Amino acid sequence: MTPGLRKDLALGALAVGLLAVVLFVALQIGAGGIVSLIARIGIFALAALALSFLVTQAGLVSLGQAAAVGLGAYVTLALAERGQSELLVQLPLAALAAAAFAGLTGLVVLRARGVAFIMLTLAFAQMAFFGVAALPAFGGDDGMALAARSTLLGVKVLRSEAGIAVAALLLLGLALAALTLVRHARLGLALRAAMDNERRAEASGINIPHVQLAAYVACAAIAALSGVLLANQADYVSPGYLNWHRSGELLVMVVLGGRRLAGAVLGAALVLVTEDLISHYTEYWKFWLGLLIVAVVLLRGRDLSSLFGRRA
Amino acid sequence: MNLKSLLMASALALPAFAAQAEPVKIGFMATLSGPSAALGVHMRNGFQLGMKELGNTLGGQPAEVIVVDDELKPDVGVAKAKGLIERDKVDVLTGIVFSNVMMAVSKVANDAGTITISTNAGPSPLAGKGCTANFFQISTQNDMNHEVMGKYAQDKGFKRVVLMAPNYQAGKDALAGFKRFYKGEVVDEMFTQLGQLDFSAEIAKISAASPDAIFTFMPGGMGVALVKQYDQAGLSKKIPFLSAFTVDETTLPATKEAAEGMFSGAQWAPNLDNAENKAFVAAYEKEFGAPPSLYASQGYDLAKLLDGALKATGGKVSDKAALRDAIAKAPFKSVRGAFKFNRNGFPVQDQFVVKAVKRADGQFVTESVAKVFTAHQDAYVGECPLK
Amino acid sequence: MSSTLFLLQLLNGLQFGMVLFLVAAGLTLVFGVMDFINLAHGVQYTLGAYLTALCVAKFGHFGLGLVAGLLGALILGYVLEWLLFGVLMHRSHLEQVLGTFGVILVVTDGLKMLFGPAPLPLAVPEAFQWSVRLTPTLVYPAWRLAIMLAGVVLALVLWWLVAKTRLGMLVRAGSTDRETVSALGVNIDKLFRLVFAFGAVLAAFAGAMAGPLISIEPTMGDNILILAFVVIVVGGIGSVRGAFFAAILIGVVDTLGRAFLTGWLAGLVGKPAAASVGPALASMLIYILMALVLAVRPQGLFAGAGGK
Repeated sequence: MTPGLRKDLALGALAVGLLAVVLFVALQIGAGGIVSLIARIGIFALAALALSFLVTQAGLVSLGQAAAVGLGAYVTLALAERGQSELLVQLPLAALAAAAFAGLTGLVVLRARGVAFIMLTLAFAQMAFFGVAALPAFGGDDGMALAARSTLLGVKVLRSEAGIAVAALLLLGLALAALTLVRHARLGLALRAAMDNERRAEASGINIPHVQLAAYVACAAIAALSGVLLANQADYVSPGYLNWHRSGELLVMVVLGGRRLAGAVLGAALVLVTEDLISHYTEYWKFWLGLLIVAVVLLRGRDLSSLFGRRA
Repeated sequence: MNLKSLLMASALALPAFAAQAEPVKIGFMATLSGPSAALGVHMRNGFQLGMKELGNTLGGQPAEVIVVDDELKPDVGVAKAKGLIERDKVDVLTGIVFSNVMMAVSKVANDAGTITISTNAGPSPLAGKGCTANFFQISTQNDMNHEVMGKYAQDKGFKRVVLMAPNYQAGKDALAGFKRFYKGEVVDEMFTQLGQLDFSAEIAKISAASPDAIFTFMPGGMGVALVKQYDQAGLSKKIPFLSAFTVDETTLPATKEAAEGMFSGAQWAPNLDNAENKAFVAAYEKEFGAPPSLYASQGYDLAKLLDGALKATGGKVSDKAALRDAIAKAPFKSVRGAFKFNRNGFPVQDQFVVKAVKRADGQFVTESVAKVFTAHQDAYVGECPLK
Repeated sequence: MSSTLFLLQLLNGLQFGMVLFLVAAGLTLVFGVMDFINLAHGVQYTLGAYLTALCVAKFGHFGLGLVAGLLGALILGYVLEWLLFGVLMHRSHLEQVLGTFGVILVVTDGLKMLFGPAPLPLAVPEAFQWSVRLTPTLVYPAWRLAIMLAGVVLALVLWWLVAKTRLGMLVRAGSTDRETVSALGVNIDKLFRLVFAFGAVLAAFAGAMAGPLISIEPTMGDNILILAFVVIVVGGIGSVRGAFFAAILIGVVDTLGRAFLTGWLAGLVGKPAAASVGPALASMLIYILMALVLAVRPQGLFAGAGGK
C-alpha cells in the first residue's frame, strides 16, 4: 500500500466516519430531522462521488449525472410496481440499466472533448428526462409514489430514516473505498495519463476509449445506486430527478469539494446543510447559497486551477 | 431513542400541561422559489394575514407557524415535510400548491398520522380511492374549476372548442374535467411542453381552426406568455378565452389589458358579496398593496378554519381524533360564502365563472359574472370508502 | 391554407431563432475569444427584460425605457465583470461554471427579493400593435416581425464588426491564438471587457424584445441559457456565423416540431399513441439534433471553416 493510497483511504474513512458519528448521536438524542439530513447527504454524496471520479480522475465533466441517478430511481419504481422490492435485485438492475445507458451514449459522448462533451452529456440526459416524463405508466411528468420500500432478504431495512441513512453511508463508504483503490490502480493511472496528455498516453499503449468508457459506465452504475436510495427516501420518483438542474447541483458539490474523492462528501454536506440551515430562516436561501459559492470560488485562490488545468 | 420515548410519554401523561406550555405548531409548505413562486407567496400572504388578524393565536392558544419552500420538487417536499413532522413536531401540516408535491408529501404525512390540510393541490387519487380521514382540502378538487368552464361552454352553446394544456398529469386532468360537462365538438387537443414560453405555433393552429372558444389550463409564467401572445395575435376579441388557474390576480399585474375580458373558473372572486370577503379584500390590499388572488383567499380561509377548529377543541391539539372531527365540521365563515367538507375531506361549494376586468382604481382583478354550480362536489367522492 | 400555416410556423421558427441568436452571439464571443464559460449570461437576458420593464413603467415610453434599460444592463454588466468575471477569467473552466452558477442564484433570488416573484408587466409598444393579415384567419403580429428585423440587422452589424474592423480582427485572432494577440501589445483584459459588455447588451436587448411576448420573472433566463448553449455548440464555439445559422436551425426545428410532429405521428402510429409520444419527442428534437451534429462534427457546424 503506497502512502498516497493510505492517505486517501484515511480521508475517506474520516469523511464517512464523521457522518456516521453525527448519525449515531442524532439517533441517541432522537433528532429525526438530522437523521433525515444525514440520509440525504449520504445519498447525494454517493452520486457526487461518482461524478467526482469522472471529473477529477478522468477530466470528464459530465452534465448528465442526474440521468443515471434518475434511471436508478425509475428502475426501483418499476420493480416495486411489479412487487419486486428486494434490494439484491433492485441494486444490480438499477446499476445495469444506468450502465447500459452510459455504455450506449458513451460511445458517442466520449468521442467529444471539452465543452462538446459537456453538452453531449446534457443532450442525452435531457432525452432521458423527456423520455421518462412521457411514460404514462409511471405518472408522466408528475411522477409516482413508490409502491413499497425496498427490503434486504425480505427484511424491511429501509423502513425508517435511520435505515436509509445507514444504507447510504454503507454504500458511500464502499464506493469511496473502491474508487480510491481504482484511483491508485492501473486504470486510475491510465485515466489520469489520458487526461494530462492524450497523445503521450496513447503512445504508452493506453487504449483511451476503453478506459474512459469503463470509468463512464462504472460511475453511472454507482450513481444509479444512489437513485435506488433516493426513491426510497422520498417514497416518490419523478422526472425532476433527471433534470439538468440536478446535474448542475451535483457538479457544484463536486467542485466545492475539491480534487480529492472524499471532497465530494464534503461538498454534498456543505450544500445540503447550508440549504437546510438557511431555508429555516429565509425563503431567499438561494441568494445566500449563491453568495457562499461565489465567495468560496474567489477566496479559495488558485489551487484548483493548477489541479484541474485550464481546460478542465 | 429511549430519551425520545420518555419525552413522548411525559407529553402524553400531561396533556393539559403540554397544551398550556407549548404553542400550537402549524407547518406551512408552499412553492416559494422558481417560476411558479407567485402562487405560493400569495397563499402564504393570505395565511399570514389571517394569522395576524387572530393575533397569532388559534382558538385562543399561541400559535407558531413554520413556513418552508418545497421548490416544486417532490423529494424536496418530502424532506421538508419530514423535517416539519419529526424535528419541529408540527400538529398540522398545511399549504402545498402543486399536486405532484402533494402526492409525495401526503404519503409521508399519512404514515406519520399527521393531519394535513391542503390549501391548493387537490389531486384526484386523494379525493377518490386514496382518501383518508386525516386529509382535508380547502380550495377545490383539481377538476372542479375546469368543470365550471366545461359547463359554461356547454351552456353558452359553443359548438366547437380547442383545448390546450401542458403535457403533464394536471394538464390532462384539466381537459378531462372540462369534457365531463362539455358535450360539443373538441376540434383539437394540444399538449405543450411544461415551462414553454413561446406559443406562436399553437396560436397559429388555433387561429387556423377558428373554433367558437378555446379552453386552456396554463398556470404561472406559461399563462402570462400565452395570454400576451393570444392578445397580440388579435384572437382575444375573436375567440373567447376560457381557462382555469391561468388568468387571476397573480398574473393580471403582468398581463393587464391583454387579459381583459378573459374567463376563468373559480370558487372565489374579490367581488363576492359577503361581509367576510369584503373585510378580507380590504385588509389584504392594505397590507400588500395589491388585490388578493384565489390562492390568497385559500390561505386566509385556512387560518380561520384552524382557529374555528381549535376553539371547538378548547385549544387542545393532543387528541388527534377530536381535532380531526372539529376540522371536518368546517367551523368558520369562508370568504367564498357557503362551504363544507364532503366525506372525503374535499369541499362542497358554489362555483363561478369569473372575468378579468379593470377596476375603477386601475387595478386588474377577476369578477364573478355567473354562478355555474351550487353546492358542487367533486367527481371522485363516490370512490372514497370513508363514511 | 395548409401551406400558409406552414409558412406561418416557419416565420415563428425564424423569429424564435432570432431571439436565440441575440442571446447566443454574446455567449459565443465571450466563450470563443476569452475561453470563459459564462453561465450567468442568461442573467443578462433577465436583467435586460427587468430593467426595460421598470424603465418603461417609469417613463411611460417604450423607446426611452429600452435605451435606459440597456444602459442599466450595460452598467450592471460592467460591475459584474469588475467584481467577479475579470477574476474568474483566469481560473479553470470548472471554477467559472461554479462561480457564474453562484451569480445566477444571487441575481435570481435578488430580483425576487426586490420585485417579488410575480411577473412584471411590459406591453408591446403602441406603434407595433398591429398585425399583417396572411389569410382571413391567419395574422402575424408586427412585434414579431420587428424582432426578426432587429435580429437580422444586428447580425449584419456583428458580421461587419467581426470581419471588417481592426477590433474584429483582434477578436478573431484572440479566439484562436491568445499569445499572439498579447504579443501584439493588445491588452487582453480590455478586449475581454469590451467583448463582454457587448455580449451583455445583446442578451439584454434580446430580453427586452422578448419581454412583451413572455413572462418577465426572475427565472426567465434559465431556459434560454441552455438553448443558447445548444446553439453555440451546434454552431461552433466562437463563430458568430455559426451561432446565426444554428439559432435559426434550432428555432425552426423546435417550432415546427411542436406544430406538426404530433399530427404527423398520428398518421403513422394512430392518434392515442401520437398524443403521448408526440409532445415528448418534440421536446427532445433539439437535443437529438445537437447529439447528431456533435457526433458527426464535435467542433460544431462552422468552427474551423473560417467563419469566425
